[in-house]
Amino acid sequence: MARKSLGNIRRSFAPWADPAAIPQVRFESVTKRFDDIAAVSDLTLSLYPGEFHALLGPSGCGKTTLMRMLAGFETPDSGRILLDGQDLAGIPPHLRPTNMMFQSYALFPHMSVFDNIAFGLRQGNLKREAIAARVAEMLALVKLEGFAGRRPDQLSGGQKQRVALARALARQPKVLLLDEPLGALDKKLREETQYELMDLQAELGLTFLMVTHDQDEAMAMADRISVMERGRIAQVGAPEEIYEMPANRYVAEFVGDINVFEGVVDEVKGEIISLDGRHGPIILDDPDPSLAIGQTVSVAIRPEKISITLEEPAQPTNKMTGEIWDIGYLGDFTMVQVKLDGEAGQLVRVALPNRSRRAERPIAWEDRVWLSWDVEAGILLRG
Amino acid sequence: MNRLRAPHLLALVFGIAFLYLPILVLVLYSFNASRLVTVWGGFSTRWYAALLQNQALLDAAWLSLKVALVSASLATILGLLSALALARFGRFAGRTLFAGMIAAPLVMPEVITGLALLLLFVGLDAERGFWTVTIAHVTLTACFATIVIQARLVMLDRSLEEAAQDLGATPLRVFLAITLPMIAPAILAGWLLAFTLSLDDLVLASFTSGPGSTTLPMRIYSSVRLGVTPEINAASTLIIALVATVVVLASLLIKRDALSRT
Repeated sequence: MARKSLGNIRRSFAPWADPAAIPQVRFESVTKRFDDIAAVSDLTLSLYPGEFHALLGPSGCGKTTLMRMLAGFETPDSGRILLDGQDLAGIPPHLRPTNMMFQSYALFPHMSVFDNIAFGLRQGNLKREAIAARVAEMLALVKLEGFAGRRPDQLSGGQKQRVALARALARQPKVLLLDEPLGALDKKLREETQYELMDLQAELGLTFLMVTHDQDEAMAMADRISVMERGRIAQVGAPEEIYEMPANRYVAEFVGDINVFEGVVDEVKGEIISLDGRHGPIILDDPDPSLAIGQTVSVAIRPEKISITLEEPAQPTNKMTGEIWDIGYLGDFTMVQVKLDGEAGQLVRVALPNRSRRAERPIAWEDRVWLSWDVEAGILLRG
Repeated sequence: MNRLRAPHLLALVFGIAFLYLPILVLVLYSFNASRLVTVWGGFSTRWYAALLQNQALLDAAWLSLKVALVSASLATILGLLSALALARFGRFAGRTLFAGMIAAPLVMPEVITGLALLLLFVGLDAERGFWTVTIAHVTLTACFATIVIQARLVMLDRSLEEAAQDLGATPLRVFLAITLPMIAPAILAGWLLAFTLSLDDLVLASFTSGPGSTTLPMRIYSSVRLGVTPEINAASTLIIALVATVVVLASLLIKRDALSRT
């Protein structure tokens, strides 16, 4: 696909862009059915050493099944899963070099924090002293020194999450699997823990595979995100790519908010496409060689990329008139809904950042306004 | 909490009286100094002392206790195995039939079970005595143990077992280190239930016991036919005390277990 790359984003860590890089985990055409319903179908994905990868999707998209197949709790119906080049088929969960942090944390309620963390270590041939030293090291890592004697029911949600993390890391897995790691925490704690997990991942240099339905979580933490849709990967990429250059309508709608405009292609000049939209001409900078003149296409514009003005903007295209329909003050920004002029009266969502504290709102309900956006803001929706 | 209002209180008193007044009378008259069952002759514990002299009754009590201990243990082991099969093995051929067959003794008339077992033992030419009664009691009580243990297994968070496995524990280690301790209260409750059921069974024991193996309920029943003596009241009072203790213990175990999971 001839897509423009994002020029302004530089990543120091991008082994997936290097054809010589060897993946640590490889799902090869993996399919898994439950009662004739394909939870995962013909899915291929590579994870690279040290990568923080997020599987993002709504419930039932197969993300958890995919992770559970890597852990060994589910067996693929077809396809292979390789870890460091070794086919994992037939290897039971207790012999796999992966460890998982469960969504419910799954702390053993009849054991102390110490025994929970030591549980995995005791399955090997480690000496008592070595186990105690490793548990102490893990407790220090998750900042829970002094909690070794507590029972899980004497811990707060955040502390339980840390114990679960320490327990999963104690055996030094090659890949750490995180099933909705922050799902059970409240918002404030979630943000804190998010950054701690990222720091930890960078410090340990481990490969993390996370399952989440929360796009903010995935965007903030992951090096790359796989957006999943009904057992398949809709798009794999860095958070910026997923958000700014969604591969299709599903990804654009699932990650972030979009406004969709329809239009008929009337000119393709180099990388610039001109559309005859219902509310006026639209120009976008998103080439697709398969486009034909006269074809009806959809264009998505993110709410924060649209400006609202009372005067008519100077630009000749990408502008529409409407009436302020609704203003939702959300603290950090205000979500404004504008009802476009015309018969259809489409509602457009515009996000306005609240930069100054006491600025008077320039707009009010029922104001007549102009909406406009840059040529590069439009995303051509495929699929 | 709702205050008890007069009609509710009345209903409660009548209900409890209906259920427990006969038992209360029995307990009271076990402390009766008079030999006449219906005439109160003052407080005495002489019938409890007499009980200790009644060798036939003591033998019967000892046999009942042995049968209850052994049959409850066997029933609990079988119950654990069938509960694991029902709760853990997913769908297997004949699962519905198996589940139905396990629950059948709950509704099967005991007389029929007793007769069937008697015919079986006669057909096998088995000597009737301790073991035949014990086996008969296992057939009755294993279903109760199964139901209690299965209910706990179904409630048990599967991710606990998966986490243990994920941390390198073999399936056997997972069972011993995680599953068993987590369902231990239910296993004990199932055992206690099986124990009390065996202890007070009359019907199955009557069918399957032989000469010289008379259980306590059988002994009491045959004594009563010759006339109620305060001695029997005393023996019954002791059984009630034992069964009540065990049942309260079992329900406390189940309740505490349920609380610890919330």
